[in-house]
Amino acid sequence: MYSKGLAPLAAATVVTITAAFAMVFFYAPNDADQGFIQKIFYVHVPMAIVALCGFVAGGVFAIKHLRSGDSSWDLRSYVAIHLSIILGVGVLATGAIWAKASWGHWWVWDEPVLVSFLVVFLLYCVYYPLRFSIEDPDRQARYSSVFAIAAGAFVPLNFVAVRMAETFTHPRVLSQTGGDLPGDMRLTFLVSLLGMALLFVTLWKLELTAKHASMQLKRLRNRARVAA
Amino acid sequence: MIAAARTILRKDLLIELRTKESVPAMVLFSITVYVLFHFGLDRDSLDGELASGVLWVTLLLAAVIGVARLFAAEREQGGIDGLLLSPVDHTALFVAKATALFLFLTAVELVAVPAFGLLLLGPGLGGAFPELFAVLALGNLGVAAVGALVSALAAETRAHELIVPILLLPLLVPVLIACAQATEPLFRQEAVTEDLGRWLGLLTLYDVVFVLLSVAVFDFLLED
Repeated sequence: MYSKGLAPLAAATVVTITAAFAMVFFYAPNDADQGFIQKIFYVHVPMAIVALCGFVAGGVFAIKHLRSGDSSWDLRSYVAIHLSIILGVGVLATGAIWAKASWGHWWVWDEPVLVSFLVVFLLYCVYYPLRFSIEDPDRQARYSSVFAIAAGAFVPLNFVAVRMAETFTHPRVLSQTGGDLPGDMRLTFLVSLLGMALLFVTLWKLELTAKHASMQLKRLRNRARVAA
Repeated sequence: MIAAARTILRKDLLIELRTKESVPAMVLFSITVYVLFHFGLDRDSLDGELASGVLWVTLLLAAVIGVARLFAAEREQGGIDGLLLSPVDHTALFVAKATALFLFLTAVELVAVPAFGLLLLGPGLGGAFPELFAVLALGNLGVAAVGALVSALAAETRAHELIVPILLLPLLVPVLIACAQATEPLFRQEAVTEDLGRWLGLLTLYDVVFVLLSVAVFDFLLED
């Protein structure tokens, strides 16, 4: 049911990510200011964008679940949020490495994007204790969906608030990840972003297939037990 | 719907008046946290950023207690079944619970803010009014909307006393940012109003989003 097109998707992911890494190391020039360490940008930023899109997608799936009452949408929402949290760990780790290398500190509070990502990440971590402390499957799906919607609406609000708090003390002229990248860097960045997005979708489909299969197995076992 | 909401609100206020559970505990908690901050920071009086930060962190932590107790009567004594069996719109339930929380927070602040002025604040509270009223009212509204939603979300979980703080506090980060930033210039030695409109605007945006969102999704909580 969920595994349709998984094989070509996985192949496309492997090709795109290999191409992205080849471009990062051999095509994109070293940054004049930060040197080689700036290349972590091609992992960190796509990961952050994909994770945030995954959180928002989780909210959209949750709306579909509450509207239709179809629990497969809840499963989609759960897996999207689950994967985004895993990516979120990667975002915070690569962000800390980048900050240490270019500013000399593992954590900087005046980088609004990183700080608001931390707040969002902390909020979404509550998804697990909330979801798994509700036993009734129907209620579990409904409450998780309500959380996913509220948290999805919180993401942009939080970004606005944190950015306002930071610009208040540190006016900034340009966003550093903005569109003023030179052409070869931008192309590398876009290929990396595409690779990360494909990786997310592949893993999402794979996890959905696995969850669906184990749920069916449980159902069959129950039926066998009843029959015996 | 308004009549139903008013009835539930009256019931909650009556319970609070008779048992005196949430509000006195929240007040006591706030004053204890001031004492903790006094020793933790080793300062006799605060002003500016430090003062507004201490005040707002304390108030938000006290709000956690109120949110955790908001559905206590329903959960512990089975009142939820009665509420769900009665032909009452869930929106009425949300409005009643959020209003109750708003009134509790206001009652707490009536004591906790003057106590802060007395115990910790250097410049005195006089210069902070009436702007502080607006910040407190908008802040309370946001906390009340999010608090009622979080309280209902956590009410049916096994570990609700654990879920409430870790779910509520990250959601309140924008409220803390806006309230602390708006209050900070009011608590300086020479109180000024600086960027007040900008932070009140952010608070209003937050309040509108979460009131609408909570009304929209509350129907799906506390069913069956």
